[in-house]
Amino acid sequence: MEAAAVFEIRSSDDVVRVRQEVRARAVAAGFGLVDQTKIVTAASELARNTLDHGGGGAVRVESVSQGGRRGVRLTFEDQGPGIPDVEQALKDGFTTGRGLGLGLGGSKRLSNEFAIDSAPGRGTRVTIARWNSR
Amino acid sequence: MDRIPVLKLGDALLVTVQVDMHDRLAAALEEDLTGRIAATGAKGVLIDISSLEIVDSFIGRMLDTIAAVSRMLDADTVVVGMRPAVAITLVELGLELRGVRTALNVERGMALIGRRSDAGRGGDDGGGDRDGPAAEDIDDDGG
Repeated sequence: MEAAAVFEIRSSDDVVRVRQEVRARAVAAGFGLVDQTKIVTAASELARNTLDHGGGGAVRVESVSQGGRRGVRLTFEDQGPGIPDVEQALKDGFTTGRGLGLGLGGSKRLSNEFAIDSAPGRGTRVTIARWNSR
Repeated sequence: MDRIPVLKLGDALLVTVQVDMHDRLAAALEEDLTGRIAATGAKGVLIDISSLEIVDSFIGRMLDTIAAVSRMLDADTVVVGMRPAVAITLVELGLELRGVRTALNVERGMALIGRRSDAGRGGDDGGGDRDGPAAEDIDDDGG
């Protein structure tokens, strides 16, 4: 497995594909079942955001290590309309689409690291990482 | 187009979700299920998600919607077979599926639905999804 790979997110089939790729990375990093489930769920939320709100985009999937710990880092990027108020978008219940408004805040809770960069007209980039907790 | 089979099981309908749900598949399932509830007079819908490795807010919303629509058609929805790692993740995600009852497996889900249709035949069916006062608490967390 390469250290990093990029996958397009243009359809709901691609969301399924992203989940499978992230699962494989998490298994390769030695994640337990709960950690695997958390990162795959976070990836699914963010991939769906990229598709539904960003009008499609891509995700970079990386296997990372730091001080002997292994982890998975995901960077979702789209050239969509962007998020005018990131703080508000991170609150539960905030939604402009068909979800429950848990996508951003929920995926933040499921990750060990979370960063978002977005502004109107500039698209959105969300980076998360989860480390093997075993 | 693929469809998810809906099986009749006594007073209930059983749906086993085994594949990754897509938007169209979710919409088709909602339509098929509601049609079958109306046609069969089923008192309950069991949705078996034991094959699902993750439940995200898209699937969660689908389960909530099916439960709400079924309720309007006088049928209870019980989600069965959730994996422990999925439960842990859902709570952390903030998606606690409050509109949906859950049971560990199909057998216990059937028991929940069976109690409810017995209570219905007993006359007092005005209390929504509450069971009669004598009913034993099996899986009900009280909401």
